[in-house]
Amino acid sequence: MTKEEILQHLPYAPPFLFVDELEYIDEEKVTGIYTFHADMPCYKGHFKGLPVTPGVLLTEVMAQTGLACLGIYLLRDEIQEQLPTVAMTSAHIDFYLPVAPGETVKAQATKIYFRFNKLKCRVALYNTAGALVCDGTMAGMIINSKNE
Amino acid sequence: MDKETFIEQLREIVRPYAKNQEALATINTSTDFINDLKINSANLVDVVLDVEEKYDIVIQNEEMERMLNVQAALDIVEAKLNEK
Repeated sequence: MTKEEILQHLPYAPPFLFVDELEYIDEEKVTGIYTFHADMPCYKGHFKGLPVTPGVLLTEVMAQTGLACLGIYLLRDEIQEQLPTVAMTSAHIDFYLPVAPGETVKAQATKIYFRFNKLKCRVALYNTAGALVCDGTMAGMIINSKNE
Repeated sequence: MDKETFIEQLREIVRPYAKNQEALATINTSTDFINDLKINSANLVDVVLDVEEKYDIVIQNEEMERMLNVQAALDIVEAKLNEK
């Protein structure tokens, strides 16, 4: 499966698609790139008069790259049209630097394990200058109908 | 391995994931991981992985799906240890 095909299988669409391209992917790790355009509506209110990218969106970039994209790649032989229903189940993130409107960030994720439909990864996000913005661990699960 | 020893070891394995600490205090063979201990399905995966590590066994998908209470965990672990 190519990097472009992985992006086509993502279950997200604008304004909640937070991966522009994949730089690298294999069974163990993935790198994704995203640019926070300055005209995003969230900057009008986060914060009033001081636009800073919300931490939840930085977390989302890492989740869409490290859990969704890597998960699609790992399941590439099983998925057909679209990713099965997925849910983020945990995220433990430390933040070090703010991300300004217009910045391009790079998300890196390394698989800790993929067992019993749960993908757990070590994740990190870097800004355009290459400085660490945030890092931590996160996990997601595929929700089968028999799990409901 | 006797049942009491296993339950004591399992109690320590599930402790970080159990939301219901009262149920953890009275854990027994009929304790259900999800309904009694309030462990979510994602953390149940970690419980199973920790059990694998503790007893040096490998649990299969269909066994994981059955491992919903203490008795089932005991049965699966005992069977695995007997295979060794």
